[in-house]
Amino acid sequence: MSTTLDRLHRGQTATVTALELEGAERRRLMDMGLLVGTTVSVDRVSPLGDPTAYRVRDGLLVLRRGQAHLVHVDLPEGDPT
Amino acid sequence: MTAADSSSNTSPACGDCVLNNASNLRKLGVDPAGHDIVTAVAGNPNTGKSTVFNALTGLRRHVGNWSGKTVDRAEGSFEYRRRRYKLVDLPGTYSLLSTSHDEDIARDFLLFGRPDVTVVVVDATRLERNLNLVLQILQITDRVVCALNLVDEAERNGLTVDSRHLTRELGVPVVPMTARRGTGMTELLEAVEQVTSGAITTRGKRVQHRDNRVEQAVSRLAERIEGKFPGVVNTRWIALRLLEGDPSVERAVADGTLGELSTAAVIAASSDGNTT
Amino acid sequence: MNRSAILDEAARLRAELDDDFRDGIVESLYTEASRITSTTLSRRESPARTTWDKLLDRALTHRVWGFVVMGALLFGVFWFTIAGAAAPSGLLSTLLVEHGHGWLTRLVAPLHVPEWLTGLLVDGVYLSTAWVVAVMLPPMAIFFPLFTILEDFGYLPRVAFNLDRLFARSGAHGKQALSMMMGYGCNAAGVTSTRIIDSRRERLIAIITNNFSICNGRWPVLILMGTVFLGKLVPPAFAGVVAAGSVVTVAFLGVLVTLLVSWGLSKTVLRGETSVYSLELPPYRPPRIWRTLYTSLIDRTLKVLRRAVTMAAPAGAAIWLISNVTIAEASLAGHLAALLAPLGWLMGLNGLILLAYVVAIPANEIIVPTILMLTLTLGPDLLGADSGVLLELGTAETRTVLVQAGGWTLLTAVNLMLFSLLHNPCGTTILTIWHETRSLKWTTVATLLPVGLGIVVTSLTAAVARSAGWV
Repeated sequence: MSTTLDRLHRGQTATVTALELEGAERRRLMDMGLLVGTTVSVDRVSPLGDPTAYRVRDGLLVLRRGQAHLVHVDLPEGDPT
Repeated sequence: MTAADSSSNTSPACGDCVLNNASNLRKLGVDPAGHDIVTAVAGNPNTGKSTVFNALTGLRRHVGNWSGKTVDRAEGSFEYRRRRYKLVDLPGTYSLLSTSHDEDIARDFLLFGRPDVTVVVVDATRLERNLNLVLQILQITDRVVCALNLVDEAERNGLTVDSRHLTRELGVPVVPMTARRGTGMTELLEAVEQVTSGAITTRGKRVQHRDNRVEQAVSRLAERIEGKFPGVVNTRWIALRLLEGDPSVERAVADGTLGELSTAAVIAASSDGNTT
Repeated sequence: MNRSAILDEAARLRAELDDDFRDGIVESLYTEASRITSTTLSRRESPARTTWDKLLDRALTHRVWGFVVMGALLFGVFWFTIAGAAAPSGLLSTLLVEHGHGWLTRLVAPLHVPEWLTGLLVDGVYLSTAWVVAVMLPPMAIFFPLFTILEDFGYLPRVAFNLDRLFARSGAHGKQALSMMMGYGCNAAGVTSTRIIDSRRERLIAIITNNFSICNGRWPVLILMGTVFLGKLVPPAFAGVVAAGSVVTVAFLGVLVTLLVSWGLSKTVLRGETSVYSLELPPYRPPRIWRTLYTSLIDRTLKVLRRAVTMAAPAGAAIWLISNVTIAEASLAGHLAALLAPLGWLMGLNGLILLAYVVAIPANEIIVPTILMLTLTLGPDLLGADSGVLLELGTAETRTVLVQAGGWTLLTAVNLMLFSLLHNPCGTTILTIWHETRSLKWTTVATLLPVGLGIVVTSLTAAVARSAGWV
């Protein structure tokens, strides 16, 4: 099922299908390992509700909601959103 | 296969040791006077890079990423087997490709400072992300020793790294270590010594680009660079940077300073080899 | 083929490639990294350490406990700093300021050195240097190691994670919370610590607003005003609470101003700057406490001493000179204070205070002794103070001097507290901002914006207080 990263709940795991981010921001996040095909899971949400820490390649990468919304992911079928 | 043409870089004599590169290093703010060998320390942030740096130099300096990050580049020195080493701690970066100030410092030093050896500190608990940087450094220089740090923590996390296999994959020595306890330090020094003395010939892994057209463009441009600046070792990487429009590499091509990076120019400049 | 032909060739080849060929390069690297990792790494199940990391993260980023722990740690750091620094500061002050100054005076007395020279060097240069060392060294040597330990442990990125949303609303980065905290120790260190923010816009915001974190050198002014003036408004039993409360209020005001100014900057002058948000939460690692304390202590001591010599020493010389060089029946200090008096009145302060802030630009720590000295030597000298010699007084004496000799009111005290928050950064900080930004424009903004705000705010409070007839 196709969705965006910001819609995932804690504990869910999905695969990146597209990055809508542009320019320097795109480069930076790709350098940190967020690429098309990368597996991402939601690790924890900040106590104030935003940003969210995602587990990406053994590291914890923090994204704000606006950024996460631009990361398209594929959620395995049967996993309720 | 163009990917493996590391050609003439691995001359056993310390032909491109520090003395020949003194003016270039001074431009980058490092005074190599009184040292035989310039060693760069690179790595991702939070890999224990400063611990390795401190352990090597005996310096009690804190070079943290968050609060104590006081200098762009810390420097120190040490002696091993009667050779004097100048150690330059580069800022912790995830990559050398994008455009942050720290990445520029690290990249410029590796390319234009031509360290005799680069120790890349790798966090064994986050191998994949760290290898991204190692592979990039291997596109710039073959003279690399990989310090596989935090192996104790990896062990506690249930991770075992086959360092011999990693050595074969990367084409450079990989030394497993726990810098904060000082284990593996002797092995690291030994590897550094062997790479700089030419006892080990390193042949760094070159990454093939999956996109054929990129691969072709890189090969073609690398050929042209080779033609204009014979002996420059990392032509493929320079070609890639030119394709991406990296301004500082474009400048080096335009004003001819790239030619100074060739081994031919260096060997010609070395009157008496300070060989070991 | 000449050199530029290579660049032309590169441009031609680039044009033939897809726009996203750069993505392909990163993907090739990661594909290779991933392949090597999968053949090199073997994983066992049930990692004990990760569970511990998860537990810690659950507590430290919890919506209640996260903030409780953060508050407690922050309070702990400040408490340790204040409580721990009191004794060594007192000792250094006795040694260097009281005994050292007297001892030096007696030492040079038989040498028949011209009086102006001993005055300049012993009273001016030595005394202010000793003063800065005594005031600054102990708290700095305690405050920064504590943060370093929290850093090594991996806690600081969690603070940025917890607080990011507050800063995001102001167009800033959560990591600014940390450069602000460093700023409470020393603004120069705070400005340097903004290096952790690698996005240009957010970093400039953090640099420009760092001055609104009241540094160690500025606390004494707040505490003195709180104790001497505000605490006296209430019965003695509540004096301490009111005094402390007024200091905390000013510090809190600093946080508010930081967020407001950050927001203003991101919406105006920094609007077009690039902004790339990135933050990583590293694994927790046991800090090496003794090593950190030791290295930090050495590091800080050297820094403070260097700063004392390069900054406080010239300031001391300047203070002595303006107090002792006389033109047309009055000292230079008298002329300058008279010149600044109209602006001082407008701001509900006086010419002396502004003069003290001008000469103490290199080192804010000597504001209080400078004000006391100037008040006594330029006004009716109640205590027989010497021109150009910094001095310290007890609470009761300070009040007498300021009210009787200086004509201070409650408005003066309140506005001095506000001005202490809102004025230009000290010399070291301005230099650091220049080093970090290499931009005359941003250094100027960071220097003048706070003092501009200070003039506006204090003038407003003065106007309100006067029209309401409170003073």
